Amino acid sequence: MNETNNLPVLEKLTYKDFAPDQDVKWCPGCGDYSILKQVQGIFPELGKKKEEFVFISGIGCSSRFPYYMDTYGMHSIHGRATAIAAGLKASRPDLDIWIVTGDGDAMSIGGNHLIHTLRKNFNLNILMFNNEIYGLTKGQYSPTSHVGLVTKSTPFGSIDEPFNPAELALGAKSTFFARSLDRDPKHMKEILLKAHEHKGTSFVEIYQNCPVFNDGTFFIYSEKGTKKEESLYLEEGKPLIFGENNCKGIKFDGFKPVVVDLTDGKNSINDLWVHDKKDRIKATILASFANGSNGTHLPRPFGIFYSIDKPTYEETMMHQIEEVTKKKGKPNLDEILSGDKTWVIA
Amino acid sequence: MKTEDGVIEKESVVVRFSGDSGDGMQLTGSQFTDTTAFLGKDISTFPEFPAEIRAPAGTIAGVSGFQVHFGSKEIFTAGDEYDVLVAMNAAALKSDIGNLKKGGIIITNTAGFDSKNLRLAEYPDGVNPLEDESLSEYEVYKVNITSLTKEALKETGLSNKELERSKNMFVLGMLYWIFDQSPDYTINFINEKFSKSPELAQANILAIKSGINFGETTEIFNTRFKINASPQPPGTYRSITGNNAIAIALISASEISGLPLFLGSYPITPASDILHELSKYKHSGVRTFQAEDEIAAICSAIGASYGGSLSVTTTSGPGMSLKTEALGLATILELPLVVINIQRGGPSTGLPTKTEQSDLLQAMYGRHGECPLPILAAHSPSDCFDTVYEACKLTVEHMTPVIVLSDGYIANGSEPWKFPTSNDLPKINSVFTDMPNAEDGTFLPYKRDENFVRPRVKPGTKGLEHRIGGLEKANETGDISYEPHNHELMVNLRQAKVDKIADFIPEAKFDTGSEDSELLVLGWGSTYGTIKTAVLELISEGYNVSHIHLRHMNPFPKNLGMLLMKFKNILIPEINNGQLIKIIRDKYLVPAIGLNKIQGLPFTTAEIKNKILEILNKK
Repeated sequence: MNETNNLPVLEKLTYKDFAPDQDVKWCPGCGDYSILKQVQGIFPELGKKKEEFVFISGIGCSSRFPYYMDTYGMHSIHGRATAIAAGLKASRPDLDIWIVTGDGDAMSIGGNHLIHTLRKNFNLNILMFNNEIYGLTKGQYSPTSHVGLVTKSTPFGSIDEPFNPAELALGAKSTFFARSLDRDPKHMKEILLKAHEHKGTSFVEIYQNCPVFNDGTFFIYSEKGTKKEESLYLEEGKPLIFGENNCKGIKFDGFKPVVVDLTDGKNSINDLWVHDKKDRIKATILASFANGSNGTHLPRPFGIFYSIDKPTYEETMMHQIEEVTKKKGKPNLDEILSGDKTWVIA
Repeated sequence: MKTEDGVIEKESVVVRFSGDSGDGMQLTGSQFTDTTAFLGKDISTFPEFPAEIRAPAGTIAGVSGFQVHFGSKEIFTAGDEYDVLVAMNAAALKSDIGNLKKGGIIITNTAGFDSKNLRLAEYPDGVNPLEDESLSEYEVYKVNITSLTKEALKETGLSNKELERSKNMFVLGMLYWIFDQSPDYTINFINEKFSKSPELAQANILAIKSGINFGETTEIFNTRFKINASPQPPGTYRSITGNNAIAIALISASEISGLPLFLGSYPITPASDILHELSKYKHSGVRTFQAEDEIAAICSAIGASYGGSLSVTTTSGPGMSLKTEALGLATILELPLVVINIQRGGPSTGLPTKTEQSDLLQAMYGRHGECPLPILAAHSPSDCFDTVYEACKLTVEHMTPVIVLSDGYIANGSEPWKFPTSNDLPKINSVFTDMPNAEDGTFLPYKRDENFVRPRVKPGTKGLEHRIGGLEKANETGDISYEPHNHELMVNLRQAKVDKIADFIPEAKFDTGSEDSELLVLGWGSTYGTIKTAVLELISEGYNVSHIHLRHMNPFPKNLGMLLMKFKNILIPEINNGQLIKIIRDKYLVPAIGLNKIQGLPFTTAEIKNKILEILNKK
């Protein structure tokens, strides 16, 4: 028996169906173009009807995204996309909702909504374009800018400790965290598909180059010459290896991750840390790689750090409504209007 | 009139229950109220409690009061002064005696007047008001309610603490005896409330009966009262608080419109009861969402509205301030959204549990940009139902957020309500479009109908995919536009849409009196009962005065200006520093006079009468 026979036949969509007739107005060379192309590219593969998709954004360069996707969409106010999406998903679980946000929108003005959306675990996809700068307001430091960054509002260097998005997400009980980057479209595509597949809030941090205000921040992870030494691509069930010809690996020294040379005969591939995306402690340690504070220089991980299954908020909400209705029955309006205690005046 | 058996027949009586926050005065008062209403008397109540959940016991700051005015005539206010004061401790007496009528009755719990309580109430050393001459103008009953309750319940096996807590039921029993009311309503209530712990139910019922028996057998009370049922219009009634009426109105509007109800809210006094009440209605399909903050509360409601729900957010002043930015978004998106502000004393945290009407100008003008919104104000607990129902109808039919103003006084106050049936409720015309509306077969999300209303589309509708947002949009297409004349056009269109609502609301009419009177009192919101009582009393005293009460604060009823022009004297009493009066003067250029009180308390009838007389006598 072929079960797929019962599925509705979907119209065959192409990326062109998701590209509206609007001019895209990001700066030339902006990393957002690459992300837009990948998103438009995967949408026909997601098995949904075009009208079921909704993009919600806040404010910032990234938040113009909904205008460039020919789906339903709302370009809202600064930091609030997650809160708006929460209400939409709670009331319309049938919709396939994507939030596009940036480091300032999600982690500064919208920080509160982000952490609560993550812990509540609506089935949403959050794409956070991290360029470590405020672009739309023309170049102030952001909550992910590194200490010392010279910007218009920090002429003598930023003194703020930045957020580490992966640590923040895990601390907020996120059920899915992944990192990708604008200059690796193939990887991004794979991560976007996995994020969509995940049932729950998928939080994807995408390193995105701002050519105008923070050019080249992430180039060491994508450019020839540095990429292999500085980037670590995570693969489920595989050991953590990187470097030219995969000559290096990560192993645990106690709880401390250390870089080992696989060519010096002291360590073999069997000694290495094996990636397990369901392991919260390992995910937390992977998140800390970006901090570079434990004395060792570690490569920057890309891929799915953490992904677990947990009931979504809207499922639990619907389940509760069904259970209470089963137990108490649906009251009719006249019963609600009268309440339990009435009296008659003749 | 005192009859032979010492029973006085009265038209109306005001009772004030006053005690420590932990003494259960709110429950005692509401049970007394519900019983009284159930027995066919008209009622109005005024619960008043401290912001602290458990302020230091025994202190004046910790006093919690519940005032109920009931009678055989129509009752519109909780009463200026009380006939009976129940004072559970020295602080309650000290705090509330000021408004007891001369010759009024005081029932005290003597256990609350020991040296510790007297000290906490800040009586001077050695002074006990129950033992000196200070209360000689009143009829004072000294009863050791605490020890009588403990004695009556000693066989129940309850702990000392539980026994102590039952004393409010003993008080209720005494009051039922004094006012000749059956305890049956409360006994039913207790049986339901404690259905899982029958021993507590029995103890509380025993405490009530002991209170009644105490009145009956000791004969210490010289006075009993008889209040006949009120000649209210025939029909079926229930008791209702303002917040409860709001919850029911929202469910009703959801059912009648066929739109699922979504409430995004964040707890805040005195609005939280709406969230509590709606949360109980999961089995009606109601989705309540307790958001992480006030901003997320309104934003989640905007999201749900975009998805096709009847969306609501509830709050009070400080929360309203936080929602303001998102309210601007909802206005420019042109989505339905009901925003309910249960006003309290401000600014900032202000007086969280006290009433005030000070957010009208915020509702009118408190957003950046040109951002007009319809505003409705409820005038009594049961009027909250009609007002909120109408707000739901307007928001859905006119595609604009609507602000509803209530306040702490009517939110917690209760009155009898001749509730409607579902058939009595006006239709709510909710339309979703699923067809392109342009001649070229495309969809124009901001193409308006003759009332300037744009079409509503549910995401998921095939072929109508489009984007909306907070940026200014080109007329009809909704595309981003920074074109100068387009912006002016869009501002004017959004204004015209709100103004047009004046065609869909009733004209202003006189609540009391006519346009031939010498003075008009123009009111809004919770001052209704007090103004009405003051005006009726003055008319019966031979004065020619009238009263109009506004529900529609924006737009105003179309005939309002014309009515106001006919008066030489217009008095606008408000529980604020003069807000409606500014709008009225600005819009109609009439020389209205204000009466303002900003004490966290409603007006008394006397205050309004005196001001009217002052104006009339100046002539």
